[in-house]
Order: sequence, then structure tokens, then C-alpha cells
Amino acid sequence: MYEPSPVGRSAPADAVIHVEGLTKTYVTAAGPFPALKGVDLSISHGEYVAIMGPSGSGKSTFMNLLGCLDTPTAGDYYLVGRNVAHMANDELATLRNRTIGFVFQGFNLLPRMSLQDNVALPLVYSHLDRETRRRRAREMLAKVGLDSYADSFPARISGGQQQRVAIARALINSPSLILADEPTGNLDSHTSEEIMALFGQLNDEGITVVLVTHEHDIADHAKRQVRFLDGLIVSDALTPVRAEAAGSTTATAPVTAGQGAPAC
Amino acid sequence: MLRAMLGEAWHAMGSNKMRTALTMLGMVIGVGSVVLMMAIGQGAQYAVAQTISTMGSNLYVIIAGTTQASGVRSGGGFGFTLRVADAEAIAELEDVTYVAPMQQGTQQLVYGSKNWSATVVGTTPEYLDARSWTLASGYVFGESDLRSATRVALLGKTVIENLFEPGEAPLGKTIRVRNTPFTVIGTLNPKGQNLDGRDQDDTIIIPLSTSQRKVFGVPFAGSVRSIIVQAASAEAMPSVEKSVTALLRQRHRLRDDAENDFYIRNLAAAADSAAETTRVMSMLLGAIASVSLLVGGIGIMNIMLVSVTERTREIGVRRAIGARQKDILAQFLLEAIMISVTGCLIGLVLGVGGALLTNAITDMVIVISGGSVLVAFGVAAAVGVFFGFYPARKAAALDPIEALRYQ
Ligand SMILES: Nc1ncnc2c1ncn2[C@@H]1O[C@H](COP(=O)(O)OP(=O)(O)OP(=O)(O)O)[C@@H](O)[C@H]1O
Ligand SMILES: [Mg+2]
Repeated sequence: MYEPSPVGRSAPADAVIHVEGLTKTYVTAAGPFPALKGVDLSISHGEYVAIMGPSGSGKSTFMNLLGCLDTPTAGDYYLVGRNVAHMANDELATLRNRTIGFVFQGFNLLPRMSLQDNVALPLVYSHLDRETRRRRAREMLAKVGLDSYADSFPARISGGQQQRVAIARALINSPSLILADEPTGNLDSHTSEEIMALFGQLNDEGITVVLVTHEHDIADHAKRQVRFLDGLIVSDALTPVRAEAAGSTTATAPVTAGQGAPAC
Repeated sequence: MLRAMLGEAWHAMGSNKMRTALTMLGMVIGVGSVVLMMAIGQGAQYAVAQTISTMGSNLYVIIAGTTQASGVRSGGGFGFTLRVADAEAIAELEDVTYVAPMQQGTQQLVYGSKNWSATVVGTTPEYLDARSWTLASGYVFGESDLRSATRVALLGKTVIENLFEPGEAPLGKTIRVRNTPFTVIGTLNPKGQNLDGRDQDDTIIIPLSTSQRKVFGVPFAGSVRSIIVQAASAEAMPSVEKSVTALLRQRHRLRDDAENDFYIRNLAAAADSAAETTRVMSMLLGAIASVSLLVGGIGIMNIMLVSVTERTREIGVRRAIGARQKDILAQFLLEAIMISVTGCLIGLVLGVGGALLTNAITDMVIVISGGSVLVAFGVAAAVGVFFGFYPARKAAALDPIEALRYQ
């Protein structure tokens, strides 16, 4: 299923994510600060991508743009084939609601709501009825193995469990894409493994997963690794072990940002 | 969607009960005091309107003044310039419905072993018509009584209560006024207090001629202290005043440069000013109470601002998972309105309760109108929207990324 080519052969139409010359310049008191300096990247349906890079290299900035939470200073971004650059605020909100599932480092569950209500929250903004919301939330909680905690509250469960609930929330509207910025950053290594196993399972089910991490062993769960440095992609390669395990060609050597960019 | 949002707003309110309760307290006190003050104000207005309606409408009282010719000027009501014949002449004027010459004073009444002092009014039957004063029992004296100065009397309720035993029928009994025996031929329906707070039922009415001969006495035949005049309508009052003045000046043969030898007092104007005074007082009460409503609103705004800051991350999460700006706006606005409307409902109950209590422990008249309840409710909702809007807009305007990063 996975096309073993980091050099995006796919046209924007069948890519979940396709960015060209993506630039983000923050306006700061000290003057303009270029956090992204023209990034090209294509991610197809069903891919599992880890984004790595030193602190301040622009990973979160990039994720915020992918998540339609922020707008680029320049460049184009096609999300499931639609150019989001010029979409209105409300349109972006709807797009986030229907197409993207967010998983945060700090879980970000709403403390006063039961886990079930937390999971169901995106559906409130999809204007689904109460019964459907309840049923789907139960299903998602079951999927992450926490259906028995449906009426419990975030403060009563462990960090790993909270992150599972957050993943259930991200999944509830059947998104094409899961975006996770350091999802294991607040978890111990054992729990991190569990969460990564969950992401792996979701990816096996065909959901595109893009996550940011600092840790190599976390990144190795992904099938493809993209490395940022100073606002640019400096390498884009398949994960060696995974590539072998998938029975594809032998380990792909890291490629330069220029090569990693889609041909179009 | 709305139901989900209402549920969430309710939930949010319940999540910090102490704070919500204290915020609400501002609205409770505000609405409660508005309702109570309006009830008291409207009660006062109602009471004054009641009193005015007992006075009789569109009335003038003409009081005998001083004659300059006499050389000695004395105060109003002490002159002897008015005649019964003046009253008869006034009755012929246009737009005059009733005219009654009258004389009154306080006298000692005796019945059996009891005695009581009351206002004795000597007048003609038209006096009762002008003041819309009806009888509870018996009949009014007539022309023949006036002509032959019969000793008959109509008694007010207070007089009856003080002279007779409870249950004793006054009709046909003989009471003494200044040692002159009078037969009670009628009893008057109660009128309550007048605008000055005097008990109008502490009155006995007798024929004018009888009062002059047996009770008060007159300096010379045909003179009278005052004349009560009723105009046909409120609009006719100014013209009636003019024509009465002209007529009296002419009848009294006053030279153009001479002052009036009588006073005309407009009772309707006095009533209007009393009504106006209570209306202003009622508005003032409401206005002062409204200030507490305003303070309550500011309390809501304050707490909503705190809430927005506290829940910045929550707002970021909601935006990330698909809430539009207007969804966030609606959420916080709804919460503010809910606090204010709930506070309003409680305030309404307490205000009405307070009004009923005031009514029970004092003899103040209380009027709770549906209007004032509606106004209080509308104002509370408006306060919620007005003071909730700024925090809600602030919440909606938050940048999702900044909000998510907020610690
Ligand atoms: N809102 C902002 N305003 C100004 N500068 C910003 C803003 N957000 C990020 N930056 C700057 O842009 C650069 C990239 O930041 P970003 O958060 O994308 O880095 P990162 O790769 O996610 O780092 P980390 O691994 O520490 O999370 C940093 O130098 C950061 O200081
Ligand atoms: Mg980051």
C-alpha cells in the first residue's frame, strides 16, 4: 500500500497534504522572524510521517499550518486537494472539524467534562444529535480501550489514558489526517510505546498520521521521517527498519530537502 | 446544538458554585430591589390616585377674601365677601356642572354618653354631587330642609364609629351638635384620607341654612364662607375659572384696579401635583434600584472576563476541534445570560416576597404589575447580553494557537 518513495510522485489530488514554498514569518518586536523558509512536502493517504529536528527548527509552526490553525505568509497548502490559503475563518474551522484530528502534547482534555463528553465534543460543532454523539463517543472510547471510563473525569485517569481519550476525540469525526505535536512528550517511555502502538494501529487502518517528536525510537514507529533545520526540510527518508519490515527496498538514504520535495 | 450549548452553559455555571452564586447575587439584589421599589412606587401612585378620585374631579373652591373697602384686611377665608346668591349665579355659567355654597368647622358632637369632635359641613345637596359622595343608607336633605333650616344630618363613617355602639343603627337617632339636636337621616359611604392625610369620613353634613343659624352663625344673612364649583371637564377648567372670576368681580362691583375679594383654589391642580410628586418619587426609586442592577451587570462582566482568561486553553482546544468564532461567542454569551436570567428569577421571587412582606407589616399600598416584572426580566436579559458581550467577544477573538499555548 505504501509507495516507498519519499520523492512525492503523487499529484496534489491524491495527496492528503501538499505544500509548496510554504513560508511563515513571525512579526516580533525584534523584527520579522522567518520560522519557515519555503517548505515543499507531499504526504499521501495512509502515510505515517514523523517530523524531527532541533528545538526552534519550525516543527510546531509547520504543524500549526498543516492543522489550519495558522495561515502561511507565503506558499500554498493543499489539504485533501483543496487550497486552504485563502479560506475564511469559519471555513477553516469546519475543515478542522471534519478533516483533521488533533493530538496535543498536554492532552488538552476539558477538565469539567466527562471523558465521553470530551470525546464527543467535536461532534457538537458538527451539529450531530445527542444520541449519535453519545454512541460514537462510546465507540471511540472502546477503540482506545477506555469504554469503562466513559463517565469518569480527566483528572481521575493517568496521563497515558488521557492521551488515549484525546486520540479517541481526534478520531471521532473520521478524519483523513491525525496531527500530533509531541504526543508522547509528557509520557514515560512505556506509556509512550502504548500510544505509539495505537497510532500504528490507526495507520494500519488507513488513517494518515503526522507526528512531531524529538526521540528517535518514537520516530522509528513511523514509516517516513522528515527532518527540519532552521525552517527548512533537510532530510526526508523512509524509516530503515520499517521499510525492511514492510518488505520494500532496503533502507533509503536520507535525501536533501530539494530531493524530498514533490516534483510538481 | 442550542440544547448542547445550554447544557454546557448550565454545567459551567455549576462548576464553580460559590463564584456563580456570588455573581448572581448582584443580579438578585438588583432585580429584587427594582421589583420591590417599583411595587412601592406604583403602590404610592395607586394610593394617591385613589385619594384623588375621592376628592371629586375638576373642582374649584372659592373662598371669601377681604374687602378693601372695610379698611381692615384680614386673612383668606375670614372675610365675608361671598353670598349664597353668588353661588346661584355661578351655577348659571357655561360648563359648570355643580355649585355648592358651604361653611365648615370643627364642632363637638354628643350622643348619649359619648362625645366626639368632627368636621361639620353646612352645604346644599349639590356638594355631595360635586364630590361624588354617595349615601350608604338614608336620604339626602332637600330644598325644603334648606328653606326651613331643619335639623337633619348625614354622618360619615368615622363619626358613626365614635358615637354609636357597634351594630347600632344611626338612622333616626338624635345627636347634639353644639347642644342643638339633629336627626340622623343618612349615612355616608367611606372616602378615606384626603391628600393632606385628613380623615374625610370624620365629617357630618347638614343643610347650609341650619348650620348658619344653629351652629356657626353668620355676620349677615346670605353670606357664606366658600363655594365649591365643579367644571364639566378638565379642559373646561381654565375657562370656568375666568368666567367665575369675571362674574364675581362684576357682582361685587370691583373697580378695574381693585384686587379680587375672593380666592380661587384649583383642587384638580393640587391633585395633579400630588400625582406628579408620587410619579417622580416612584421613578426615582426605580432609578436608584436600577443602579444596583447595573452593578450586578458589571459583576457578571467581571466574572466572565476572569472565566475567559481561566479557560483560554479550553477555548484553544475548542477552536482546534472545529468551533467557529461565533460558537465561542455564543457559548460565553449564553453563560452570561444564564447567570443573569437565573439571578433575575431569584430576584423576582425575593422582590415580590419582599413587597408582600412590606404590605403585611406596614399599611403601605403595594402594586406588583406584570409590566414591572416583565421590565425586570427584560432588563436582566439585556444586562446579560450587554455585559456578557465584551468578554464573549474577547474569547471568540483569541488566537487558537496562542490559546492552546496558554498555561
Ligand atoms: N508566535 C510566534 N511569534 C514569534 N516567534 C515565534 C512564534 N512561534 C514560534 N516562534 C519562533 O519560531 C521558531 C520556530 O518555532 P517552533 O515552535 O515552530 O519550533 P519547534 O521546532 O516546534 O521547537 P520545539 O522543538 O522546541 O517545539 C522559534 O525560534 C520560535 O521562537
Ligand atoms: Mg514545537
